[in-house]
Amino acid sequence: MIREKIIETINAFLIDEFEVEPEDIILEDNIHETLDLDSLDYVDLVVVIQNNFGFKLTAEDFQGVDTFEDFYNMVEKHLHKFTQENAKLN
Amino acid sequence: MNRVVITGMGIYSCLGTNTEEVKNALYNGKSGIGIDPVRMDMGFRSALTGILPKPNLKKMLKRRMRVGMGQESEYAYMATTEALKMAGIDDDYLDSNIIGLLYGNDSTAKSVIEGIDRLREVKDTTLLGSGNIFKSMNSTITMNLSTIFRLKGINFTISAACASGSHSIGMGYMLIKQGLQNMVVCGGAQEVNPNGMGSFDGLGAFSVKMDEPAKASKPFDANRDGLVPSGGGATVILESYDSAIARGANILGEIIGYGFSSNGQHISQPSVEGPARSLQMALDLAKINPAEVDYINAHATSTPLGDKHEAMAISSIFGGDNCPWVSSTKSMTGHECWMAGASEVVYSLLMMQNSFVAPNINLTEIAEEAKPLKLAKSTIDQNIDTFLSNSFGFGGTNSSLIIRKTN
Repeated sequence: MIREKIIETINAFLIDEFEVEPEDIILEDNIHETLDLDSLDYVDLVVVIQNNFGFKLTAEDFQGVDTFEDFYNMVEKHLHKFTQENAKLN
Repeated sequence: MNRVVITGMGIYSCLGTNTEEVKNALYNGKSGIGIDPVRMDMGFRSALTGILPKPNLKKMLKRRMRVGMGQESEYAYMATTEALKMAGIDDDYLDSNIIGLLYGNDSTAKSVIEGIDRLREVKDTTLLGSGNIFKSMNSTITMNLSTIFRLKGINFTISAACASGSHSIGMGYMLIKQGLQNMVVCGGAQEVNPNGMGSFDGLGAFSVKMDEPAKASKPFDANRDGLVPSGGGATVILESYDSAIARGANILGEIIGYGFSSNGQHISQPSVEGPARSLQMALDLAKINPAEVDYINAHATSTPLGDKHEAMAISSIFGGDNCPWVSSTKSMTGHECWMAGASEVVYSLLMMQNSFVAPNINLTEIAEEAKPLKLAKSTIDQNIDTFLSNSFGFGGTNSSLIIRKTN
């Protein structure tokens, strides 16, 4: 999946499920503060990522993720790894 | 001892989604019963059910507050929002006072089953999401409402089958009367879906008169064949009389009696003695004679045995020339189960406010044992100063509340 499509998918579920306004999604802004995330919300982030991309994140995967850009990068990295592992299996 | 009054009420039921709609439906004898075709596909004997819309909470509550709410919490939220508004309780009051919460609920079947179905599918507990645990616990309503409304007093759920809502009001009354709380949000809610009702249907307790849904629930009628499951949410704001006067609140009624008892017999079969003791206790606590009651909102669910035993219990205390008007609003609403004890207090308060007795619709041939009762077959325009509301549940739990106008 190309990066633009990944970002489009992420933004769609952030707007739909996490009810963030599209204009509030700014690459360099802090995603935790913008989405007003609490500890329970990370569980729901894991669920939407699983539902949309097919892989499961852990709590550790969110370490170092501050901005929306960090988040896109982290998801993209895991998606590539997941895709490669699946390709090997097939 | 404090006097205990009601200063707000809210309702979300198959008769309407606010007190004004519900008042009109009650006066006009309108049924809220319909058909849920899914139930027949699932193997139900009856597809009859109360029909009510899903509340749209997206614009009312933030996501974090919504994700732990199942159907029953959504109904309870709608009813509580209306009740608090009617009572004149705003955000400032919520934040600067100790307000309690006692709510009746006895199932979260839809949330539990959907969670387990999902777990069986994905085999990963994290993927159930953050809300499932809060939706699935029996105390789901009190944990959600206390959080949303920032309530800081007593906070727990009362589970007493179909008397849950009534006991919640009775317990709130006791706490305020004793001075332990100044204000308590009380009520009852009931999920409306096939999941919660499958095994109840299997007992053969439901009406199967599906050709005319509005005529299926026939409490006290000789040809009644069972109850119609229903639900929603109902809330009343209980407050000490002194607090209500000090706030300048509009007092809707005063709770003067709460009777309770347990049959100590069969798990599902009713008795006469248990309800009669509950009725007598409520009268004794209220220090009034049966003749002072103007209206009885009967528990009568339209089951052959339940209505018969309640009619005998009421007759044993209220029978004779001074029998008050009696009706079962379940003829219109169906049986709102865990919610019923609270919703029927709201229905009766609306009647008292607007001087009418709502009809026991579908009553064409009065059952023999109900003949001593003064049943309202159609709407009666009459002043009500004092009413009594009965609620009985599986396990033989009984509750009777007496409420009167305050001058």
